[in-house]
Amino acid sequence: MDIFDFSDGREGYYGEYGGVFLPEILHATIEELLGCFRECKADPKFWQDYVTLLQNYSGRPTPITHLENLSRQLGGAQIYVKRDDLNHTGSHKINNVMGQGLLCQRLGKRRVIAETGAGQHGFATATMAAKFGYDCKIYMGEVDVARQRPNVFWMENLGAEVIAVEDGQKTLKDAVNACMRDWVTNMADTHYILGTACGPHPFPEMVSWFQSIIGMEAREQILKQAGKLPDRVYACVGGGSNAMGIFQGFFDDENVELIGCEAGGEGVGSYMHSARLAYDDASVGVAQGYKTYFLQNKEGNMNETHSVAAGLDYIGINPIFAYLWEQGKVRFEAATDVEVKEALKLTMRTEGLIPALESTHAFVTAIAEAPTMRKDEVILINQSGRGDKDIFTIADALDDAKWKSFIGGKADQYRGEQS
Amino acid sequence: MGLQTYIEQRKKDKDILVMAHVVCGYPSFEANMQALEIMADAGVDLVELQFPFSEPSADGPLFVKANEQSLKSGTTVDQCFEFMKQASERFPFKILMMGYYNTAFIMGEEVFVKRLKDAGGVGYILPDLPVEESANLHRLSEEAGIEPIILMTPTSSDKRLAQLGASSRGMVYVVARRGVTGSKTNMGDDVIALIERCRQHTNVPMGVGFGISSKTDLDALRGSADLAIVGTAALKVWESSGATGLKTFFKELMA
Repeated sequence: MDIFDFSDGREGYYGEYGGVFLPEILHATIEELLGCFRECKADPKFWQDYVTLLQNYSGRPTPITHLENLSRQLGGAQIYVKRDDLNHTGSHKINNVMGQGLLCQRLGKRRVIAETGAGQHGFATATMAAKFGYDCKIYMGEVDVARQRPNVFWMENLGAEVIAVEDGQKTLKDAVNACMRDWVTNMADTHYILGTACGPHPFPEMVSWFQSIIGMEAREQILKQAGKLPDRVYACVGGGSNAMGIFQGFFDDENVELIGCEAGGEGVGSYMHSARLAYDDASVGVAQGYKTYFLQNKEGNMNETHSVAAGLDYIGINPIFAYLWEQGKVRFEAATDVEVKEALKLTMRTEGLIPALESTHAFVTAIAEAPTMRKDEVILINQSGRGDKDIFTIADALDDAKWKSFIGGKADQYRGEQS
Repeated sequence: MGLQTYIEQRKKDKDILVMAHVVCGYPSFEANMQALEIMADAGVDLVELQFPFSEPSADGPLFVKANEQSLKSGTTVDQCFEFMKQASERFPFKILMMGYYNTAFIMGEEVFVKRLKDAGGVGYILPDLPVEESANLHRLSEEAGIEPIILMTPTSSDKRLAQLGASSRGMVYVVARRGVTGSKTNMGDDVIALIERCRQHTNVPMGVGFGISSKTDLDALRGSADLAIVGTAALKVWESSGATGLKTFFKELMA
C-alpha cells in the first residue's frame, strides 16, 4: 500500500482529507518546499545521510524492549516496546527535525521556526538549529510554557528564542497559527519545521517519511526478538507523527492490527478531551492549512481541547489517519487522564520504564487489551518519548509530598537570592 | 449591477475608492453599526465584514484579538448575516464577506452563497482558500452573481498571476507586502510595480491592502490602484479614540 502514490489532480489528498489551504502569499514557498522534498525523497543519498546522522547524533536504531514482568502480570499477550524515548532529546521528534534540518540546507534557508506543545518538538528543533547553525524561534502556547518549563529552559539555553503565544486557547493550535504568521512574513529566509504529520501538503507526507524510520527498524527488530510480526501495534496520536512512523512499517502486513490512542482527557461526553476519531465529537473541517476531522462547533470554530499530555492536546488529526480510519485500516481508542496516570505508575513499578504522558496513552489501551489476548500473541507499543520532562505534572498528579517540599525549598532559596 | 461595474462607475467621480473593514461583533454589533455610519458619511465605497473565526492565521495581533473577543461574546454566523442584511439595506456602499474558508465549508458552499446573496453581499474574500480548491464555489458564485475576490501577492510568479487572473471576478485584492494584516507598509515603487504586474493578467479593478493607514498612503496609490483597503488602522483609531476619532480619521483619509 502506497498512500503517497497520488492520482492525477489529487496530490496531497488522502481520500477527501489533506490538501493545501493557505494564504496565496505562501503559494510559492510551498511549491519550493514540495519541489525540494520531491528531490530529497527521490535521492537515495539523502536518506542515507539522514540515517547516518541519526545513528551518530541521536543513537538510532533505538532498541525494542520485551516487558516480561508486565506481560506476566497481565497474563495475556507478550508486550514489546519500541524505545524512541532513547533518542537524543528524549523523543521521536528528533527524527523529523533532523530530516527537515537536512532539507533546510538544500533549501538554502538560514532561519527555522517551529511550534511546540509538550516542548519536545521545540527542544529537538533548538538542538538541530544549534548543530546546523540556524537562527531559531520556537512558538509555544502560554499554557504549555507554564506546564513544560524544563523544555523551555533547554530550548533557551540551546540558543533558541521561545515566544509564549497568548492568543486563543494558548496551546499547540495557537502556536501553529503564530508560526503561520511568522512564515507569511519571513518565508524568504525561513523554513517552518512543522512537528507533526498535519498541516498543508507536503508536511503530512514529509513528516511521515522521516518518521517511517521507526517502523522500518521496528519490523525487523520484532521479527528477530519475538520471532513473529506483532498482532497489534499501539501508538499515541496527537497530530499522529510517531504513530505514522511505526505503523508504516506494517502497512503491508494484513494480520497486524494498528491502534491509534488519542487523549480522552476527562472522558466521553466531557468535551474536555482531544479525541477526534475515538469519540463522536469531531467533524470534517478546514483549518491550519488542511482538511481533516477537527474538534469544532457547528459553525466551524474550534472547541477547547484538553489532555494531561500537552503533546496530544490538539484540535485536528493528521489527514492520512482520517482516511485510514475511514477505510478501517487503523482502529482508534482513547485513554483518559486518570487511566494514563495509573498506567504510568504500573509501568514504572513493573518495568522501570518512564514513558512520556503522551506515550502512556498507548500503554493504557495495550494494557487493557493484553489480558484478552493469547500468551503467544505479540503486542508492540511505541514509546515515543520519555517521561522525565513531565516530572512537574506527574509529581502534581501523584500529589508527591516530598517533591512539593523540595520545590518549596528551592523557591525559598531563589527568593532569598533575589532579595 | 456587478462589483466591477459598480467600481468603474464610482471611479468616474473619484480617482481612488476606499474599502473599509469591520470585524462583526467586535467590540459589539452596535459599535459596528456606528462605525459603518461614519464610513458611509465619509463616502466609503466598499466594506468587508469579517466573520470571526477561531483560527485567524492570516491576521495580525489586533484582528486576532478582535476575532477572539467577538467569539467569546457569543457572535454567531446567523448574527453576522443578519447584520450584513441590515447594513446592505441601510447604506449606499457595497458589502463583501471576509472570513476563513471553514465558515463557508461547514455550512456548505451552496448555502453560503445563497445566504450571502440573501443578505445583500456582493462577494467574499476567503484568504485561506486557494484557487485550486475554489472550482465548485466559483461556479456557484457565478450562477448567483456573487464575486469571489482573488488575492494577488508580491511572491506570486507571472505564471501564478496568469492563473489567478483567469479566476478573477469583480476586483482583485492586491496584497501590498508579505506578512499579516496590521503592520506598516511603505507604499513605494515596489507596490506600484506590483499593481502594474497584476494588471497584465486581468482587467478587473485593483484594490490594494495591508498596511494602509493614512492619506499619504492613499496619495501614493492614486493613479495606480482603483481602491485602497483600510483595515487595522481604522480599528486602531476606534480602540484609542472611539467614534469621534474614527470620524476624523476617515475625513482626513478621504480629504
